[in-house]
Amino acid sequence: MSETWIILGATSSIARVMARRLAGRGAHLLLCGRDHADMQATAADALARGAAGAEVHGIDVRNPDTFAPVIAAVNTLDGPVNVAVFVGSMPEQSEIDADPALIDGTIADSLTGPARFLHEIAPLLEERGGSIAGVGSVAGDRGRVTNYVYGAAKAGFAAYLSGLRNRMARKGVHVMTVKPGPVDTAMTWGMKMPLMTTPEAVADAILKGLARKRNVIYTAGIWRPVMMVIRAVPEPIFKKTSF
Amino acid sequence: MRWKEMDYAGWGRALSAHGHVARPERSRDLKPLSLEGPAMGNRRSYGDAALNGGGRITDMTRLDRILSFDETTGILEAEAGIMLGELAEVFAPRGWLPPVMPGTGFATLGGAIAMDVHGKNHHGAGSFGAHVTEVTLVGPAGEQAVTPEDLPLFRATLGGLGQTGIIARAKIAMKRCKGDIMMVTERRAKDWDDHIALLDGSEATYVVGWIDATATGAALGRGIVEEGETGPGLVPKPKPSRKVPFDAPGFALAPPIVKGFNELYYRRVPKSGRTVVRPIGKFFFPLDKVHDWNRLYGKRGFHQFQCVVPLAAVGVLRDMLEKIAASGLASPLAVLKRMGAGRAGHMSFPMEGYTLAVDFPNRDKAVALIGELEAMTEAAGGRLYLAKDSLADGARIKAMYPEHADWLEQVRARDPDGLYLTDMVRRLDLRSDA
Repeated sequence: MSETWIILGATSSIARVMARRLAGRGAHLLLCGRDHADMQATAADALARGAAGAEVHGIDVRNPDTFAPVIAAVNTLDGPVNVAVFVGSMPEQSEIDADPALIDGTIADSLTGPARFLHEIAPLLEERGGSIAGVGSVAGDRGRVTNYVYGAAKAGFAAYLSGLRNRMARKGVHVMTVKPGPVDTAMTWGMKMPLMTTPEAVADAILKGLARKRNVIYTAGIWRPVMMVIRAVPEPIFKKTSF
Repeated sequence: MRWKEMDYAGWGRALSAHGHVARPERSRDLKPLSLEGPAMGNRRSYGDAALNGGGRITDMTRLDRILSFDETTGILEAEAGIMLGELAEVFAPRGWLPPVMPGTGFATLGGAIAMDVHGKNHHGAGSFGAHVTEVTLVGPAGEQAVTPEDLPLFRATLGGLGQTGIIARAKIAMKRCKGDIMMVTERRAKDWDDHIALLDGSEATYVVGWIDATATGAALGRGIVEEGETGPGLVPKPKPSRKVPFDAPGFALAPPIVKGFNELYYRRVPKSGRTVVRPIGKFFFPLDKVHDWNRLYGKRGFHQFQCVVPLAAVGVLRDMLEKIAASGLASPLAVLKRMGAGRAGHMSFPMEGYTLAVDFPNRDKAVALIGELEAMTEAAGGRLYLAKDSLADGARIKAMYPEHADWLEQVRARDPDGLYLTDMVRRLDLRSDA
């Protein structure tokens, strides 16, 4: 029996690498996202690389009504279910400052949307077993002037995953929080960012972290000590910084 | 689409550009980008073929998905940014290989088509383009699938330097293989005549000569001739590749070091020859193991000279080698190969004859020497490889490529406004008549 994976936000750069790695292991993939044509190409790629199956589901995390077909599809398959969550959006802080209405969408894409999806699928995982990898961000570890709306959403998602881990652990379902630093993707292309890592490195770290049943991982590892330091800076000083 | 203003270079690093680069991850982004400028792959061309200094260019490397594969016919369709080495890795265990593989697995499908690359099986299989069944171009006139039925445009696209439009995806006929290992027979060639005789006498599917370009006198032309066939079986997974972490200092490739290395490389193979089993990647892409090996040449980079001369002009290559060895512009292993006649496009490099490829550090003396080698090539009725060139002038190239006018006619029709001009096309003035 092959492993089943729901990939939420399947058009993201990291998700695409993840799909490729899982395809090589012969997994059955349910690719979920908004860009149907793009996901179809990823599904074809996964099948050519050895996936047992690859189906495409057009879902929009801002609209929970679109979740039903995915849940129905999982119900036709046997065995444990794994979920990897890559959705999220990061408008530049300046765009948000100009149009505060963007806050709602950012929070929906990065926090409330994925939380709604995980809440709907959680009972199924409790019943059949599996694992969840949720991608947060180091930006959620401390709010900073340069992207605190995105950071707030990711902080909220990290707290949600921590609670979900607490709930699911009792049923043998492992929930892992992933905190990547800046990753070289379409989202960060052209931005100046420190300690950039690649989608390949993040996908590999996620698979390794799940195999070792880690609770919270930083990719790349350097971000763990860096964020420890950043979190330790006293607020009176931190509020005067601007990174 | 976001643009990144950056410096980028060809593989030789002697030529570089500054400009705006887009890197789409979804194929639908390609259409608007095709109105902005040319495309580039993984920049494994040595010179300026993938550069558009001062302008805009689209990096194709994230459009790299396999779109379909037919196990019965071997026809594969993939996005242009996929690397040939990756195709080999995915398909060799299943009994299929890309039909032609150049010396690096980091070359992309689109780049392999735009350069009509050749490999160690050129004598039998022809160039890469001979196995392409369809190319989808995106350009000002929209999207178009070009097949051998659209012959003039097809020929202008294969080896066409990306001037007929952005190559979005392509279909190729994969080739059956016995498995993902190579049985490699290595023989010492003790001098030039021996080397040529071994290449001429070979009946293997894959053949290449590694030549010690520092050997002089009686040893001139000595080297190792490698013959390979695919085979079934298991070999240990290759170790992870290493990186060259910084630009090497000037002495790293100093003549005594290179001479010593070449000597060791030659002695590695016993006098009586040997047959070894290798992972497929190690045979086809021996240098890929060392990531960023171009940094061994230091900040100033290097040039590669690669020419092909007709069979009858083989003596010219010997004269070239004499010049190279005598110049002391030591370069590590050079490559010598006998080519067949197969070529797919108007601007494709191959011709029946012998090809020689040699690296030179970017120094004034080397540039002058390459100029002499180019003149010898032209006089011998041979031609230079545009995937390697960074120094030639346009008149010489046009003289070497007699079908240039046919290519130009198609290019003008497809890209009347010169949207896809690159630094190379400008340097060689390829978009104007001879």
